[in-house]
Amino acid sequence: MSLFKKEISRRSALKGASAFAGSAIAAPLVFSKGAWAQEFLNDPGDSPTVTLGFNVPQTGAYADEGADELRAYELAVKHINGEGDGGMINTMTPTSLGGNGLLGKRVEYVTGDTQTSADEARSSARRMIERDGVIMFSGGSSSSVAIAQQSLAQDMGVIFMNGLTHSNDTTGKDRRRYGFRHFFNAYMSGLALGPVLADQIGTERRAYHLTADYTWGWTQEESIVNTTEGLGWETVETVRTPLGAGDFSQYITPVLNSGADVLVLNHYGRDMVNSLTQAVQFGLRDREANGQNFEVVVPLYSRLMAQGAGENIAGILGTTNWHWTLSDPGSQAFVASFGQEYGFPPSQAAHTCYCQALLYANAVEMAGTFYPPEVIRALEDFEFDGMGNGPTLYRGGDHQCFKDVLVVQGNPDPTSQFDLLQVVQEVPREQVTYPVDFFEGELGPYEVS
Amino acid sequence: MMITRSPRHDMMMIGVFALVVLTMPIWLAPFGAAYPDLLQKFVIFGIMAVGYNILFGLTGYLSFGHAAFLGVGSYSAVWMFKLFTMNVIPAVIIGTLMAGVFAVVIGYVCLRRSGIYFSILTLALAQMCYNLAYSVLTPITNGETGLQIRPTDPRIIDAMFLEPTERVPTTTLFGIDMTGYGGFYFCAVALIITFFISVRIFRSPFGLKLRAIKSNQNRLNYTGINTRPYLLIAFVISGMYAGLAGSLLAVTDPLAGAERMQWTASGEIVLMTILGGAGTLFGPILGAWIIKYFENIFSAFNDGRLHEIFSFLPDTLESIAVGISAQFVGEGWHLTLGLMFMLIVIFLPGGLIEGFNRIVARLRPGQARRRAPAVEEKEAS
Repeated sequence: MSLFKKEISRRSALKGASAFAGSAIAAPLVFSKGAWAQEFLNDPGDSPTVTLGFNVPQTGAYADEGADELRAYELAVKHINGEGDGGMINTMTPTSLGGNGLLGKRVEYVTGDTQTSADEARSSARRMIERDGVIMFSGGSSSSVAIAQQSLAQDMGVIFMNGLTHSNDTTGKDRRRYGFRHFFNAYMSGLALGPVLADQIGTERRAYHLTADYTWGWTQEESIVNTTEGLGWETVETVRTPLGAGDFSQYITPVLNSGADVLVLNHYGRDMVNSLTQAVQFGLRDREANGQNFEVVVPLYSRLMAQGAGENIAGILGTTNWHWTLSDPGSQAFVASFGQEYGFPPSQAAHTCYCQALLYANAVEMAGTFYPPEVIRALEDFEFDGMGNGPTLYRGGDHQCFKDVLVVQGNPDPTSQFDLLQVVQEVPREQVTYPVDFFEGELGPYEVS
Repeated sequence: MMITRSPRHDMMMIGVFALVVLTMPIWLAPFGAAYPDLLQKFVIFGIMAVGYNILFGLTGYLSFGHAAFLGVGSYSAVWMFKLFTMNVIPAVIIGTLMAGVFAVVIGYVCLRRSGIYFSILTLALAQMCYNLAYSVLTPITNGETGLQIRPTDPRIIDAMFLEPTERVPTTTLFGIDMTGYGGFYFCAVALIITFFISVRIFRSPFGLKLRAIKSNQNRLNYTGINTRPYLLIAFVISGMYAGLAGSLLAVTDPLAGAERMQWTASGEIVLMTILGGAGTLFGPILGAWIIKYFENIFSAFNDGRLHEIFSFLPDTLESIAVGISAQFVGEGWHLTLGLMFMLIVIFLPGGLIEGFNRIVARLRPGQARRRAPAVEEKEAS
């Protein structure tokens, strides 16, 4: 009998119990590790490719910017996959990018048209997320569209890298944990532009604002009014104009008799091209008011707009995120590979989108996973250099990049059709940095599923 | 006279329609359209078009202001989410009712005129609503940025039953998430119910009166029938359909923006109805599906995708084919839609349904002779 009866000694009981307890503790770790990797939306898993979504305006007032952004994204995907000359991957420091895709997976992309409308942009973004399974989406032009997509990103748990969006709200009151902005904002434009305005056109001025009627226009108007009134200027009137108005003559005529001597155009894209051209045609720049030359200021400038407005931009002041004539190695590398691909220099919209794509890719490599909360943590408070704007910080508190801002002026005698802006001053990063709680906003949680 | 169809025939038709709608995630997959967002848009704009057809298809009154009701429905629904509960039922009911109230007011004013004057009046009033939403009413509508749900909203009813969370809550139907496929099936059921109501209206004496208004309103007046109450009821019903569609848009994606109310959005509904076939039961839904498909799928084609499609051709031919077709997809999708619309209006004034009927007539000559008068009667009615 005793041959078959196995005695349960104290020792074996303890052994068995501890083994069971050990495995009981370890088991959730094993399962949760698997689950942890499975839990997020659009996990590429074992697939040899990973898809990114590029949602840009292909129609409407910002279509030119959108087309250039798309070119930049295509170039960025090439460079991440190790095709072409690598562009800024070679100049970016620190970098974890090796030109072999993302975590060894080849990067593919899908595109969409935001139509410069929040509804269409969200529906296009949801197509990318739900059908095409993108792990990140990016795009820009128009802050209201960017804000709408950013909140969608938070809801669905897919990272959104803002392209060109300049409103304070994007990283201010509407900031989101899943949204990141490389571009500067209206408040920084004001801080950079103020001293230059005082220096070049004086402190005894009366300003008249024409403002695009949406979040970006409002915050830029507010920022510029605050800055200029701090200089001692007086604000005569602020007039809101609808986005994509086309004809601004009805808004410009009242400027003539308003007693103002500066016109501030808070317009962008084709709106700015039209309003500036019409202001010049109305002879505003040849006038004198209050004993001074009449001046026009365009707080947010881009080369594409300068190209559209032609010689009207000579001498007009504004700010820009980046310009292709910068001589640092990062800018040079980007301009060279963009020029080789498309035959002309990139715009600031192209630059910011290109940087955003590389920054996301780099964060994925740093995190070693596509799991969004880890990628977000890698991006937050990331300090980098060599991407065209000098040393740059991706601030974790509001997901805003802090870097040098360029104050530029329309070039009075351009040497080529692209040499339209000249840099007046590179305003250092310290001068445009503001406290993280300057705008009130809540980023929201890391985990959303 | 319309050929009267037996109620049994109607029920079968609705049954087939329900089957087609509910199996959309399956049969739309080969077209690259089987993902929740687009499926939701298909059924929501289907509801919109069905409702619009009750006014335009039956009475012939061309309203250019229906987007206003869509917007009112969306804003009301989002406010219900913000103030009371994330459950979709109150939002849908209040959204529909609010649109109905607006429709009574706007309809009362606009229906004093007919024809082009009616169209212009609705256009003007709708554009007024849009501008109010965009600027003056910013505290209610949040202007151009759009009304959004925030974690800090009161949500009185939810606060009584649920633990507050840090994240933005999603819309639910008693615990079923309404942003994905759940939302699609919810909207699909709404579409089937509203389609059923629309069939009943088409077959009812009330529907007959509306048709009479379209064919000769003066004669109706001379026979001593006051047409305005009938018109107003039709206008309010179709406004409520639009409000329902608007609140469903908010249910599936809780954000309401003023651009939903712009006159181009109203124009889109007119396009849908005419493209599919005004006055027919299925036409407007078909039109809505085609326009939404173009808007979402064609606009997303890029050169890479085209090269894939034409990869069976030799290299030179491939690049030529891609070069030509690239003009019509991606950013050129408006061009394709415009061309298609022109062709249909010129060659098939009765919309796609007329084209379909013609094909059926070709294939079945015996039956066609019997049915052809009925078809014509239906279009003329």
